[in-house]
Amino acid sequence: MAPTGQVIEVDGVAVGLLRQGKGKPVLFIHGANGVAAWLPFFENLSGKYDLIIPDHPGFGRSDDPDWIRSVPDLAFFYLDLMEKLDLRDVHLVGTSMGGWIASEIAIRNESRLASLTVVGPAGVRIKGVPFGDIFMWSNEEATRNIFLNQAIADRLLSVKPTDEQLDVMMKNRFAVTKYGWQPRMFNPDLEKWLHRIKIPTFIGWGREDKIIPSSYAERWKQRIPHAKVSIYENCGHLPHIEASDALFAEVKTFIDGVAV
Amino acid sequence: MKFVLFHLMPYRNLDFVAAKKYRSAWTLLPNSFYDPVKGAEDYAAYIEQLVSGERLGFDIIGVNEHHQTAYGMMPAPNLIASALIQRTKHVNIGVFGRALPLVNNPITIAEEFAMLDNMSKGRLIVGFVRGIGSEYHTSGVNPAFSHERFHEAHDLIVKSWKQPGPFAFEGEHFTLNYANPWPRPFQNPHPKIWIPSQGSAETIHWAAAPERRYPFVVTFSTAEAVERYLKVYRSEAEKFGYEVSSDQLGWAAPIYVADTDERAREEAREPLERLFNDYLPMPWEMLIPPGYSSLASTKALAKVRTGLGVERQTLEQLIEKGTAIIGSPKTVRERIEQMRDRTGLGNMVCLLQFGTLNDELTNRNIERFASDVMPFLQDRTSAKKNAQPAA
Repeated sequence: MAPTGQVIEVDGVAVGLLRQGKGKPVLFIHGANGVAAWLPFFENLSGKYDLIIPDHPGFGRSDDPDWIRSVPDLAFFYLDLMEKLDLRDVHLVGTSMGGWIASEIAIRNESRLASLTVVGPAGVRIKGVPFGDIFMWSNEEATRNIFLNQAIADRLLSVKPTDEQLDVMMKNRFAVTKYGWQPRMFNPDLEKWLHRIKIPTFIGWGREDKIIPSSYAERWKQRIPHAKVSIYENCGHLPHIEASDALFAEVKTFIDGVAV
Repeated sequence: MKFVLFHLMPYRNLDFVAAKKYRSAWTLLPNSFYDPVKGAEDYAAYIEQLVSGERLGFDIIGVNEHHQTAYGMMPAPNLIASALIQRTKHVNIGVFGRALPLVNNPITIAEEFAMLDNMSKGRLIVGFVRGIGSEYHTSGVNPAFSHERFHEAHDLIVKSWKQPGPFAFEGEHFTLNYANPWPRPFQNPHPKIWIPSQGSAETIHWAAAPERRYPFVVTFSTAEAVERYLKVYRSEAEKFGYEVSSDQLGWAAPIYVADTDERAREEAREPLERLFNDYLPMPWEMLIPPGYSSLASTKALAKVRTGLGVERQTLEQLIEKGTAIIGSPKTVRERIEQMRDRTGLGNMVCLLQFGTLNDELTNRNIERFASDVMPFLQDRTSAKKNAQPAA
């Protein structure tokens, strides 16, 4: 069951978050579409861990302060958030744009981190291997391109969002634009510092990812050689939805295997 | 009233059937559709049309900037303005306008405008715009910072014209140790600045502020919207404590004049429908990228439409809504008079070539408008100008 949302304040910024479960802290760093629903993946994680899912500044129920203008800003903000909540030995799990943010956190300061999991992360650009243009696609195109399984896209597209949901979708879209329009969903200064990531790292990717091709997994592995990499077959950009059980099983094994 | 002979310079020789396979004539329509031989002919004809504006008594001849589109072939409008300066003696030259947020160093805009102002001995009028949504896709500039970049670039350009250099400029987006552009503008302190816009409340409020009082031009909107926006400008001025002058209120519209309403409609139909249904349309994602308008404005826009030109518009609808002014000299005159009487409109920006309108009909339209419409509405004194060199 979905927990009741709460709002905390960090650096003078109101941050909406969901928190449920007991155990090791797992900080879930959401992607470009925000946290639209309490997913089975969240239910599973919160059954084993203390799961914390904040809305990034600019997204969902969080404030959108002028002074937070980039993904590196978000990374420093999350270092402050972990201090504020006094989280220790945190397992970061980031998907898509959230994988980018999680990596930016890890290259800066690992002192509160126990492990890093990135799933289909943005943030690194390989010349000649473009991302899908999420800013050019219509909502329907984007929804269809995110999932390989079109039944999921059909189901999402058949539901008419409420006005409140539309407002959040638009707010999220503004925030993604602020953080990711230029350079397009990557930071030219991230890749050269990925070697600083020393904590156990898990990289997951959907084989049929149409937003960020799964061939990127190889580059990430080159930069973080100790990382474990899993590619999910018959899966698009969001393994935590399309390959939820398989991803959860691996993430659980991975987290439980990390010596703290 | 003052009259502007305005041009968009569309690429006319477009394969419209093949082009429809792409989502827009902007950004994604392959430039292999452009035939340089045909395009070069268009440039030559369009420049002649604008130059004729001086002989025919227009107050201003005007160009504008658009990128990566068949809709308009002027990514660098100053190049056309420069050519017009060499071909004319007295008429004012309007660049309506340059898209300030799209450049990385706004001083280049200050420099180029100052050059044109000197080359024309003070005949330049400039426009400042933010660029259309699709131009944030083509330039890569982040639309989330569009407003900030516009205001910063504006401040830098105007300051560089008014304040002796060198000075340092310390912005969020633009930082320069040395702002010291040569030449200075010919006009003192600088050319008039106009603000062409689709009419956002934020823009109107900013343009009307007493320290600016920038003439505002509503572009390509229904008569009802034009009236509403011009009235908003008037009431903003009142709130600032001054009465708006007609010089501050403008309207840009496609206009076609012929002997009779029937004939005008017949001749204008295809070119006008091409403009609105082939050249202009773009989907929502290209038109209003996130952040281009404020969250509140974007929500309001999202409720009324998705994209531009998604629904086909006929000539009759465009006339009915007052977006286009098509008819006999009497009809056209009355439409403009009506708007003037309702709003105090003082600047009429006339798009007399539009869509695929050919040279013969365009030239006839320009001459007909100049002889049978304009003299009845034009300020007697407005043809004369007195530019003063910088002190």
